[in-house]
Amino acid sequence: MLYWLFLASCGIAIASALMAITRLNASHALIYLVITLLSLAVIFFLLGAPFAAALQIVIYAGAIVVLFLFVVMMLNLGRRSVERERQWLLPGIWVIPSILAGALFVILGIALIGAENQAMIDGEMIGPRRVGAALVGPYVLAVELAGVLLLAGLVGAYHLGRRYLDERRES
Amino acid sequence: MDVSGGIPLEHVIWFAITLFLIGVVGILIRRNVIFILLSLELMMNAAAVVFIAAGAFHDQADGQVMFMFILALAAAEVAVALGLVVQLSRRFKTLDIDAASEMTG
Repeated sequence: MLYWLFLASCGIAIASALMAITRLNASHALIYLVITLLSLAVIFFLLGAPFAAALQIVIYAGAIVVLFLFVVMMLNLGRRSVERERQWLLPGIWVIPSILAGALFVILGIALIGAENQAMIDGEMIGPRRVGAALVGPYVLAVELAGVLLLAGLVGAYHLGRRYLDERRES
Repeated sequence: MDVSGGIPLEHVIWFAITLFLIGVVGILIRRNVIFILLSLELMMNAAAVVFIAAGAFHDQADGQVMFMFILALAAAEVAVALGLVVQLSRRFKTLDIDAASEMTG
């Protein structure tokens, strides 16, 4: 049962990821990305990580994709951008990247099959309590570094988002 | 193959490889910066799936801790990258990534 649910979510995730990278309209692609992220949340839950599944929905689907959507709305991409996108996304442009990706898939697949590993994940839950204990225990330094990274991101986003950067250039 | 005992780790890794390669193809075929960032998100999620699967297999919380760091990384990356997207569209009036290739050494 666990396995079939996993397979179904995998199928949804891969199909919507393929849709997301081939759409012409950016907001449609972002909605497909949301579907991918939600099915990944289901997979996390099935793998026994309920806290990660919740964070995937709240932060990834709820915050990061919404940030993308805000920018797409702010840039006001209309029908014109769909036309331009159609010119950029030429038919047949995907052939060589897909061949390269297929070759990489085969190589990784050979490595996986050669391992002959029959490891099973039984889906036993690892709850937020254990994750929290690990975060403030052995990983406390990494948590502080993540805080510094987020601060750097904040400062960078503030600097890049300021209006007067291009006003100064024009004057 | 007997799958009554749960999910084979190998199949999770197959899935993560597929998702990652979809992200790679997405980066290679698109010229719009927003789609490139979207493909980057897909690749990061593929890495997160492997972390969670490995954590579940070894019955350790470390996989989920790594997932949380990936989440923080993605948030910081998206904030800065979307700032760059806004600047790109203001200065070059386009989202074409090739428009910003004027910095030639």
